[in-house]
Amino acid sequence: MDKRKLEESFFKALMLLSTFTVVGSLLAVFVAVIWKGAPSLSISMLTQTPKGGYYLGREGGILNAIAGSLILASGATLLAFLLSFMITLYLHGYAGKSRLADLVRLSLDILWGIPSIVLGAFIFIVMLYVKARASLLWGIITIAILELPILTRAMDEVMKMTPFKLIEASYSLGSTRLETLLNVMTKQALPGILTAILLAFGRGIGDAASVLFTTGYTDSIPSSLFDPVATLPLAIFFQLGTPIPEVQQRAYASGIILLLLVLFLSILSRFTTRKFTKYVIR
Amino acid sequence: MDRKLKDFFVGKLSLSAAIFSSLLVFFIAIALFQKSIPILELRPLNQLLFSSSWLPSQGNFGFYPFIVGTLYVTGLAMALAIPICVLTAVYLAEYAPKKARSIIMPLVDLLAGIPSVVNGLWGVLFIVPLIRHVAPLVGASTTGYSLLAGGLVLAIMVAPIIISVSEEVFRAVPLEMAEASLALGATKWQTTKHVILRKATPGVIAAIILGFGRAFGETMAVLMVLGNVAEVPMSLFDPAYTLPALIANNYGEIMSIPLYDSALLFAAFILLAVVVFFNALARIVLLKFEGRSA
Repeated sequence: MDKRKLEESFFKALMLLSTFTVVGSLLAVFVAVIWKGAPSLSISMLTQTPKGGYYLGREGGILNAIAGSLILASGATLLAFLLSFMITLYLHGYAGKSRLADLVRLSLDILWGIPSIVLGAFIFIVMLYVKARASLLWGIITIAILELPILTRAMDEVMKMTPFKLIEASYSLGSTRLETLLNVMTKQALPGILTAILLAFGRGIGDAASVLFTTGYTDSIPSSLFDPVATLPLAIFFQLGTPIPEVQQRAYASGIILLLLVLFLSILSRFTTRKFTKYVIR
Repeated sequence: MDRKLKDFFVGKLSLSAAIFSSLLVFFIAIALFQKSIPILELRPLNQLLFSSSWLPSQGNFGFYPFIVGTLYVTGLAMALAIPICVLTAVYLAEYAPKKARSIIMPLVDLLAGIPSVVNGLWGVLFIVPLIRHVAPLVGASTTGYSLLAGGLVLAIMVAPIIISVSEEVFRAVPLEMAEASLALGATKWQTTKHVILRKATPGVIAAIILGFGRAFGETMAVLMVLGNVAEVPMSLFDPAYTLPALIANNYGEIMSIPLYDSALLFAAFILLAVVVFFNALARIVLLKFEGRSA
């Protein structure tokens, strides 16, 4: 065989091997967590809050953490969406050719890269400064900062896709910038915006390091913004940290719940993209 | 309300949102630096960075084991991830049938979305016991909670970033360039090696830097499998401790020991400085790259 062909097949084999390794390790994460956790997964884990002695292996569930994570991530996604929607409006309607738009994009990209533990530490400093205690509110603010760059950059990208002719048509009919933004561009970008929101929501649910300082931890479901709140990732972390095997088992089961939640959001986001795309003008 | 007034009002509001968001990074940097000042005033910087003595209750804050631990585990993860991820990205961009690509890319996105705690859980369930059983075969004994476990778990976590960014970069190489090479009689692999890879190198470097930034700041997964011993690891099977794990493990006690809060927030500042530097670098490289291929 030709030497060049030999080199080609060698690297092709190497590439296939790498791809299998990547796909295989993804499946391994799923299989290992589900296989180990499934035996201790039960309905009471989903429907009960921890009873006395839960962390010693007695009765109860992690409803507090599931509800806490959903409330926290919903609040944070709402806050991050309001802010990032305003920023997107600026970038696509009002920025014009100003250098500020580039600066905003660059700093959002840098913000995206900041480790979540550093964001948590930052909010912790702010909390010390205003003498606030760890609560749902501060958790929402922390996660909102975490989600802000994800949401804004994703919405920015989909808004960019609006055909220029549609924008021109809207302006030529006498629309203001705001009307063009809301009635033409946002409508056009709607599937992408929904995908971005779900993506950000998933990231918000999964993050643990940033809320370690800012939300506290509790066995009950929060009833106000100023209550501490439990989150699913931290529930997993704390259960795994106990020396009792039954409680560690529950950590694996909680891992399944978190994994399924994130998986569900990811599939939902693909579905919404497909479903809403039929209303988009090409 | 008047249409034009509404337009004007929203314009100003959106401008302030944009300004606020671009100042956020500065706020974070200033706040962390401000809090680091007390310890920087009392201890010389090279003692903080290069002393191995970590005894907060006696006022000794030597970050050396944590800095080295972070660099080792990140370096190991990158060494494991880079060849596999770049090869995967080349395969997906150049060789894979359309159908395989349309299945694998969403899977890679999915991998990116797995919460770090779940990755850590996988490490505890699978990697740690594996290392515990394999280590005696090479003459080492370990609990499994080790540098190697951290490197493996982290490699899986940075893989999606490196793959998806470099795959995009490969696909951005103009088709005409590859066609010219093929027309001269080069094989597909020669074209990939001499044209696509060469043209895409800056973009791939940027992808790697982005992955590095992610790995450097990763907290929970690493915390769960690394063993957290504040000593410089001597082998792959030794436990280690990273800066993010240090912060996460000790936030509860920071008010009880003098200077402790300043020391931990200084650790956060180091993390921020390193990550911001590398991310800005990667973004600039990527921008240049996009500008050239467009």
